[in-house]
Amino acid sequence: MSDLSVLTGEHFMNGDIACAEGGLACGCRFFAGYPITPATEVAERMARRLPEVGGVYIQMEDEIASMNAILGASWAGTFSMTSTSGPGFSLMMENIGLGIMTETPCVVVNVQRGGPSTGLPTLTGQGDMMQARWGSHGDYEIIALAPQSPQECFDLTIEAFLLSEQYRVPVLVMSDEMVGHMMERVVIPPADKIPLPVRRKPRVDKDSFVAFAPCEDLVPEMPSAGDGYRIHVTGLTHDERGYPATNARAHDRLVRRLVDKIRNNAHKIFRLEESGMEDAEVAIIAYGITARVARRAMQMARERGIRAGLLRLITVWPFPEERVRRLATQVRALVVAELNMGQMVREVERFSGSTPVFSALRPGGEIQEPGEVLAVIERAAKAAAKS
Amino acid sequence: MAAAQLVQVAQELREIRIAGFGGQGVILAGFIIGKAASLYDGQEATMTQAYGPESRGGACSADVVMGKGEIGYPKVKSPHVLVAMSQEAYTLNAPHVRPDGLIIVDADLVKIERPPAARLVAVPATRLAEQLGKKVVANIILLGFFTAQTRLLSQEAMRKAIQSSVPSRFTSLNLRAFEVGYEHGLKA
Repeated sequence: MSDLSVLTGEHFMNGDIACAEGGLACGCRFFAGYPITPATEVAERMARRLPEVGGVYIQMEDEIASMNAILGASWAGTFSMTSTSGPGFSLMMENIGLGIMTETPCVVVNVQRGGPSTGLPTLTGQGDMMQARWGSHGDYEIIALAPQSPQECFDLTIEAFLLSEQYRVPVLVMSDEMVGHMMERVVIPPADKIPLPVRRKPRVDKDSFVAFAPCEDLVPEMPSAGDGYRIHVTGLTHDERGYPATNARAHDRLVRRLVDKIRNNAHKIFRLEESGMEDAEVAIIAYGITARVARRAMQMARERGIRAGLLRLITVWPFPEERVRRLATQVRALVVAELNMGQMVREVERFSGSTPVFSALRPGGEIQEPGEVLAVIERAAKAAAKS
Repeated sequence: MAAAQLVQVAQELREIRIAGFGGQGVILAGFIIGKAASLYDGQEATMTQAYGPESRGGACSADVVMGKGEIGYPKVKSPHVLVAMSQEAYTLNAPHVRPDGLIIVDADLVKIERPPAARLVAVPATRLAEQLGKKVVANIILLGFFTAQTRLLSQEAMRKAIQSSVPSRFTSLNLRAFEVGYEHGLKA
């Protein structure tokens, strides 16, 4: 790998640029995108950096084409990514589904801003969390990660590439304007310390290869176009050879596998971080930038004698159902803080049993004040004391 | 980290706001402080900036939260230090500065009618920059002044951050500007 692709050292950089550098460092050599605030810096960085490392940057006519282009590049054997925000994420939905159906590894960075529609181009939000999960039509499971800092933009973009190759699914990096534009120290390790994604190439010969026959973990191996394997890739429901089979039986078999390859491996995919949970009576659940606000609110609650703890979701999809179910039995109340009018909180409520769930919400525009989240923690603690 | 430690860390963080007009190097000044702290001074730092169509050419500010511990909440709410490079920047931000905080103003750009609760110091940064031959280094003069007055960062860290942030042909001019500001800061 070219030395220029890994900028080993300490940098003071923003989250968008760190996403681009994460991709470059782990071998991404193709980016197709359409600039959009607040994700433009990812594309800008890629436009400048990819030619330096022998990669290709294409500015497409729109986000529909961008998403298609990175799927094509992936089948050509290249690690590929794109970045976008709000309206662009909506346009990408159809072809994210194509990526899911054709099991095409790739990474999509969504630097979230306030919506719906063009909404708040320059201001933050976390309103695309359910769109990330359900935005494309049909049944599927997806992987989405939520960075809380520029360092995590770097680290989780790499993680996204690893997961997308491991499970052959588009992986979404759900950043936001605040993290994207915030500058902090980013430590880029030496090249030999950076984990590299591995394309799961066929281990059988060309004659016995069946394109979509799954391995034990339900993920099939993937040749590149030009390797000499016979492949047919379609968005239509297909059989194990990849040929269209538009009938109920083939559909049942395929969709179950697409869903199960994530669900059955979810315990290997989850990444969580817990603090103050040892003695917590109120647990806060948050992700991305809001987790940093929640952490401050947790400290303030502790100063006031409320035993609060924080569960930070680093992987937001698949959702850590079992951990939340267990958590609900450990604490007396749950608080969910997020920059939307109530998205992940619904998921928490599905697994909270009889433990009351409170939410600290704001529809984007700016991050919550720690005091706002504290007020909800206090309300939760009071209710818990009564019950 | 135990909860009690977290509380202490949060109390030791310092909030700094640089404010002025687009084009004065406000963002660069914030960037240099953040970079000096986090790359060359063993501290943590987070820089955010007012980002919007209204910030093009108009009022503009850069916020830095810095200190020895983890920075959770990244925004500046009540600054320990305000550097004001325009009247509007002063009027808008001075009321939010902590009473035990510090306000640094460009003496030629900000008129003070009523003294604020916080300590106020003025330096004729623009005039000094003109004497150096380039008005645009007023921001770096203010950074020198800031470094001497606040002692939040070492001179060495600031110099390194300036060197690695300005075009190389302007390095010596900027370092000279930093010196001039620093000298004035020691005397103020």
